[in-house]
Amino acid sequence: MEYRGRVWKFGSNIDTDLIIPAIYLYTTDEQVLREHCLELIEPGFWKKVKPGDMIVADDNFGCGSSREHAPIALKAAGLSCVVAKSFSRIFFRNSINIGFPIFESKDAPEKVKSGDELVVFPEKGVITNLTKNEEYRSSIYPEFFRSIILKGGLLNSIK
Amino acid sequence: MGMTITEKILAKHAGKKTVVPGDIISARVDLVFANDNTGDLAQAQFKKAGFNKVFDTQRVYFVADHFVPPKDVACAEQSRRVRLFSREMGLADFFEVGRVGIEHILLPELGLIKPGDLVVGADSHTCSAGALGAFASGVGSTDMAAAMAKGELWFRVPETIRFLYHGKPGPWISGKDLILYTIGQIGVEGANYKAMEFSGSAINALSLDDRFTMANMAIEAGGKNGIFHVDEKTLEFLKSRAKGQFEVVASDPDAHYSKTYEYDAEKISFQVALPHSPGNVKPVTEIGKIEIDQVVIGCCTNGRIEDLRAAARLLKGRETSPRVRTIIIPGSQEIYLQALQEGLIEIFIRAKAAVSLPTCGPCFGGHMGILAQGERALSTTNRNFLGRMGDKTSEVYLASPAVAAATAIRGHISTPGEVR
Repeated sequence: MEYRGRVWKFGSNIDTDLIIPAIYLYTTDEQVLREHCLELIEPGFWKKVKPGDMIVADDNFGCGSSREHAPIALKAAGLSCVVAKSFSRIFFRNSINIGFPIFESKDAPEKVKSGDELVVFPEKGVITNLTKNEEYRSSIYPEFFRSIILKGGLLNSIK
Repeated sequence: MGMTITEKILAKHAGKKTVVPGDIISARVDLVFANDNTGDLAQAQFKKAGFNKVFDTQRVYFVADHFVPPKDVACAEQSRRVRLFSREMGLADFFEVGRVGIEHILLPELGLIKPGDLVVGADSHTCSAGALGAFASGVGSTDMAAAMAKGELWFRVPETIRFLYHGKPGPWISGKDLILYTIGQIGVEGANYKAMEFSGSAINALSLDDRFTMANMAIEAGGKNGIFHVDEKTLEFLKSRAKGQFEVVASDPDAHYSKTYEYDAEKISFQVALPHSPGNVKPVTEIGKIEIDQVVIGCCTNGRIEDLRAAARLLKGRETSPRVRTIIIPGSQEIYLQALQEGLIEIFIRAKAAVSLPTCGPCFGGHMGILAQGERALSTTNRNFLGRMGDKTSEVYLASPAVAAATAIRGHISTPGEVR
């Protein structure tokens, strides 16, 4: 398993209101959530993003509300994964629970720029930057999280 | 080695004698709840996964508090989906207009959360209930669906950070000032993944309502939960409310804390969080003259009776500034009634403030007080992210009810002492 795509680079404290503003929480329709994903800081993001693209961000990605609509919107937008220095706790749980891959990396967010082409190898804990020909380290999931993701999310794993 | 309150509650609910930070456990939950937004997604996930029965109809609640009263047809449909699901599952109750309060105010008020309980809610401010000595933590909708189905959920046992507040808070200084000050000190991820345990003589001096305010904002520092020890004020609150027995849990003297922060409460002045982060905190006296278009007093953070009383003490016999739209939101029907009986509502109306029914409304930018381009609000709510209360060029400043009332009167951010 690997994730390959173009980088969208963001800073610290990208909160869930930025990922999907609360006015769209009236719905669970992935199409609606996708179309408004990150619109406050990257207008038209959903049209510009290509399948497989990934977000690389600094600290505390996904802070704020518990809305699972946030990782759902990112996943529905076609992103393959998010790499960040750190994630806020509820966003972390929600992503694992819906089977959306997220990875912690201290060095990748320091070095990576928007538009770089990355490959994430989750089993090895390695991220390769094809554009810059660099390599970074990423977290490896504990077995418990890995099994949830492999089963396609928490609800599949407890059935 | 001893355990903290948080560790003891998690151990007990996982059927273990002890747990240590880092353990991944499956624990029994005493109460599971969601609001209209997250509950809708939770019921959809629950059904999609093929579940058709909740683990206990007395321990699962939906509280329609966000887009209520429904602001449009789409929101009305969302409330209906949650209402129908509650009925289909045979849940003991469903809370909506007329019976509703903001979830984190209503559920403790109804005695549904007790000391030692393990509570999960699909709302990040679920941590509020830690004021009662319960472990309460916000989760997402899939977590909610799993907990509804099985009555248990996975947790990583958090390390506990201890916050000790010495001395006694000054006049008009509230739990809001203490918690804003703390978040300003440790930062918005200063307690990420961790339990925040609040204690010290200043905490003992605080009302329970102030403790709810502090526990409520644990999440703004990234905290998994915020928790307080039970004392006579907690027991007084629970006396006529608690449904069933409970066991008071306390941290052991030799419990391990990953860190201890100590603050002198007497030195903590009126605090305000500037845009666009709850961690961007300064004393009110250091920010200069900032004019305000809207004041909001309410929300799960500060919509309790003590909050309304503080605002009323300042607004009594005065008028809000003509440049400020002042919106006051009692957090529940019970609080609304009590405020009415105490004459607070009349004080607000005579001061030319608008009194709303209980709703989360403006706090999350939903409805009932949205900001136009470039407008500024001073609000007793918990978040001031970019665009949180309206247009992305608007600004939200966070402060206590007393600072909010003083600001409403003077038209710019002010302390109670500046009100003449």
